[in-house]
Amino acid sequence: MTEKDIDETTGVETTGHEWDGIKELNNPLPRWWLIIFYVTVAWSVVYWILMPAWPGITGYTKGLRNHSERANVAEQIAALDAERAEATRRLIAAPSLQAIEDDPELLQFAMAAGGSLFGDNCATCHGAGGQGFPGYPNLNDDSWVWGGSLEDIKTTITVGRRSDHPETTLTIMQAFGRDQVLSRDEVSAVTDYVLSLSGQPHDEAAAASAAPLYVTHCTACHAADGTGDRTQGAPNLTDAIWLYGGDRATIYDTIWNGRASVMPAWDGRLSEAEIIALSVYVHALGGGE
Amino acid sequence: MYHRHKIFEKSGILLTVGILVTVAIGGVVEIAPLFYLESTIEEVDGVRPYSPLELAGRDIYVREGCYVCHSQQVRPLRDEVERYGHYSLAAESMYDHPFQWGSKRSGPDLARLGGKYSDEWHRQHMEDPRSLVPESIMPPYAFLSKRELDLSNIEASLKANRAVGVPYTDEMIENAVLDAKSQVDPFSDNYDALLARYPKAQIRDFDGNPEQITEMDALIAYMQMLGTLVDFETYKAEENYR
Repeated sequence: MTEKDIDETTGVETTGHEWDGIKELNNPLPRWWLIIFYVTVAWSVVYWILMPAWPGITGYTKGLRNHSERANVAEQIAALDAERAEATRRLIAAPSLQAIEDDPELLQFAMAAGGSLFGDNCATCHGAGGQGFPGYPNLNDDSWVWGGSLEDIKTTITVGRRSDHPETTLTIMQAFGRDQVLSRDEVSAVTDYVLSLSGQPHDEAAAASAAPLYVTHCTACHAADGTGDRTQGAPNLTDAIWLYGGDRATIYDTIWNGRASVMPAWDGRLSEAEIIALSVYVHALGGGE
Repeated sequence: MYHRHKIFEKSGILLTVGILVTVAIGGVVEIAPLFYLESTIEEVDGVRPYSPLELAGRDIYVREGCYVCHSQQVRPLRDEVERYGHYSLAAESMYDHPFQWGSKRSGPDLARLGGKYSDEWHRQHMEDPRSLVPESIMPPYAFLSKRELDLSNIEASLKANRAVGVPYTDEMIENAVLDAKSQVDPFSDNYDALLARYPKAQIRDFDGNPEQITEMDALIAYMQMLGTLVDFETYKAEENYR
């Protein structure tokens, strides 16, 4: 193509390509579009100079700003920690957990920190409001499997229960039926006995026949009167609050298969101050002792 | 410019060569940095290849498309680090083929899930998510508890991973089936050997059913080790700023 080929109808130059007599107009790109295009090209060069960009043999070009996402986040977290430093220090330095609850300012900080920690870490099992699910205790009521004092709650959070922490508690409820300690009929009779402890409808004769079995197999943990033992995490069987369920079928299942639910240890995953804040928050949910 | 282009358009060979050169430039730009992977993967203590059971669990994770809704990368952003824990390192997914970083979070990030919840919680949540998290939109995976884990290809799976660079030893491959079976049995004779091959491996019955090794066992074993391998006590963060 040597000369410009102008389309007669529009007066616009064509590309010079022709398909069966049809030619393509060579309209220029809109000016605004071109300008933006060249600006972005120029910006990319600026970006190469300022920011990490080109890979090299032993590393990459760091750019004049020496930008590092990891350094940034470390800085931001350090700033956050500095903001919280005073309150954190006072949480750890408090003579007792009770002293935190008695200090309105400290309590406010602990509740705010504990609330968000609870949402991130605890709500998944214990529910957003701490209401619990079958197998995962309700934290609002007055019934505590492992104790509801500030110190007890802190211990439970720190070392967990039946967790992999070296200082955790490992007591479990045996699978009396599955492990053939008790026969099918005996498990059924003990179920009646357990139902009788909380005043639920039960078979009197069966319950009476199971009394010696209860003494032999259950009292060591659940106590002779069925009120349980917190040092072993054995729930109170005489009230209306049930960890796994208080109906006949669930109690039978519990005795047959045993129970050993796990609370993970948070030591290591959460800091000491975080565990303290969380303990105060859980204690304040409603059932704290 | 239009005139010169004719030269390429009129010669097949020249056009082919031109295409090759153009594509090669793109290829070099994308591939060359991979030759320097050692400078991008942090030096850390603790990361090891997946144990056979964890690997089988990971295969189930991939099979069920968990990555479609769950990411496995805590990004270096303040709020993510506050919520999930230390941001993910390249070293943590260096034995992942393919990696499971994901690109969408319909569910939460799972990179630091290990140890956060109990095995029983995982089993129950996988079987019926809404029984524990009422607002959850996760589909139930109850069938995993009933399906026996297929170990027939576990050895091949380790070999395939070795072929792409995961340092599985001959010993690990030979014992793959045994190791998978004994990771759900804390009383097996293989306990110490398994732990020597895969330090920090968690050995217990994961799904609450000691009678059978199910797909649930494998998946929970995988869930419980996610993000737990790196020893952050010895990790030098400043040296790996990027």
